[in-house]
Amino acid sequence: MSWYDKLIPSGILSSGSSDKKGVPEGVWTKCDHCDAILFRTELEKNLNVCPKCDYHMRLSGRERLEHFLDEQNRVEIASDIEATDWLKFKDSKRYKDRIAAAQKKTGEKEALIVIKGTVLGMPLVSAAFDFGFIGGSMSSGVGERFVQGVNACLEANIPFVCFTASGGARMQEGLFSLMQMAKTSAVLSKLAECRLPYICVLTDPSMGGVSASLGMLGDIQLAEPNALIGFAGPRVIEQTVGETLPKGFQRSEFLLDHGAIDMIVHRHEMRRKVVSMLAKLMHWSELVS
Amino acid sequence: MNLDYLDFEQPIAELEEKIGELQNITDDSGLDIVEEVARLRKKSDELTKKIFSSLSVAQTLQLSRHPLRPHASDYIRHIFTDFDELLGDRHHGAGYAIIGGTARFNGMPIMVIGHEKGRQTAEKLKRNFGMPQPEGYRRALRLMHMAEKFNLPVITFIDTMGAYPGIGAEERNQSEAIARNLFELASLEVPVICVVTGEGGSGGALAIGVGDRIFMLEYSTFSVISPEGCASILWKETSKAADAAEAMGVTASRVYKAGLVDGILSEPLGGAHRNPTAMAQTLKEKLSEVLDELRQFSPDELLNNRYQRLMQIGVKGSPD
Repeated sequence: MSWYDKLIPSGILSSGSSDKKGVPEGVWTKCDHCDAILFRTELEKNLNVCPKCDYHMRLSGRERLEHFLDEQNRVEIASDIEATDWLKFKDSKRYKDRIAAAQKKTGEKEALIVIKGTVLGMPLVSAAFDFGFIGGSMSSGVGERFVQGVNACLEANIPFVCFTASGGARMQEGLFSLMQMAKTSAVLSKLAECRLPYICVLTDPSMGGVSASLGMLGDIQLAEPNALIGFAGPRVIEQTVGETLPKGFQRSEFLLDHGAIDMIVHRHEMRRKVVSMLAKLMHWSELVS
Repeated sequence: MNLDYLDFEQPIAELEEKIGELQNITDDSGLDIVEEVARLRKKSDELTKKIFSSLSVAQTLQLSRHPLRPHASDYIRHIFTDFDELLGDRHHGAGYAIIGGTARFNGMPIMVIGHEKGRQTAEKLKRNFGMPQPEGYRRALRLMHMAEKFNLPVITFIDTMGAYPGIGAEERNQSEAIARNLFELASLEVPVICVVTGEGGSGGALAIGVGDRIFMLEYSTFSVISPEGCASILWKETSKAADAAEAMGVTASRVYKAGLVDGILSEPLGGAHRNPTAMAQTLKEKLSEVLDELRQFSPDELLNNRYQRLMQIGVKGSPD
């Protein structure tokens, strides 16, 4: 079992995750939640939301931005920044090999993709974590990409929108990883100083060092339905407190009830919702149609 | 086995025990005893030097968590005067896992904030073993803002296994509490000096660990996740904690070599707990020197330097 799978309660784990599809490369696929057999192209057209039960399955970072941004005027930022093996880290595998494997699997060089573009014509920079890349973990490469994304907002005077999907820090980078929490939070303080909005959209899962830094610093905090969001993983908490966790613990709806987020937004509504809010904060004119 | 000593220190413990016994003997041949005590004392010091000159990562980890290791409350007592502990986050709780408030340093008013693990069982429970809940971090934030408002330099002492992983902590948004401190510390308009005195455990440590200068005591550790946590995830067994600690480079010397802290403060022979007064004196001298240095900067310069330091972390080819 990989470390990020451990974040997920056992009930869900058994039904698999998005990168472990029931029928690989086939025409048909299965809903991670209700087990309904789905036509793959139909599911993709539905943005990986199950047409039967409305379950939001995971998206890769790039798929996320493909859906979110307008097709024209996209410029990728900091795509040359790659993961670095600062510590020559090795457990059962070398970190270097893990990076290579993740790059091969995802076709990405790091776990965060940052693109400057528009949504419904409104200019912004958007970043999305790729959970398939070492659990979307925060490395120094991720931190640097994030910073360059925010810097692009500062230059162009436009808002920043980040979609998180991460197990937390990248342990293989040791303290270099931890310090990215401070670094990304610091650059967001610059964005705030310039009164440019930051919207954070928490998607499944958003944990640890990512939620405890850039993930909770949005002017507006959104979440997709039923996403696992928290600081400590549910298993760690269960072991620490020796109690059964309440139903729905650390899910989007739980966070909404406890005042941690502003609203839960369906994936199909995301573009319109984000832009309508940004437009008000930026004093842009009303959306047409 | 003497519980005041770690397993690898037992030969020292035996010698110390002998010295203690001799010192308690009250017969007339006093001269011989004095000589013998002096001889054993010398031997014990040499042995300690030898053992401590080649500590393994696992042994350093043990020292950083030594039950007798001085806590923030000890350093506050030794280094500052006129300390007023200011409790509460004003919303939910007192935040006892954090100790903090106004004090004087060489007569100058300052704000001090630290993790506090507590000493006796009752106090440990009250302090939650130094693992803050959100109210601890929000209390720290309140004190930071107060420091900024009244122009008091902030000194923090870091010593925690990590932020508390509990149901209530999550309900009250532990993530946000930590994130907010990181965000606010980046632009706090007063000098901030941080010292890792024991365990620098993950985000729970960092939440009071962003500043203009950061130091580590010689046998302290600083890590992104507890070595046990890392071992259980990557090695699938907690017993590999020492391997994980080694791989992550959690000791002061490794962290310093990586350019992530500004300096290492030497500990007295046998570790800070063998001579807390001497350790506090070393700390006091360093703090005094660094405060003088940071006071030369205008608030703008201070913030700009702090920001640039953070931005350089983990950038390939940068000096840090």
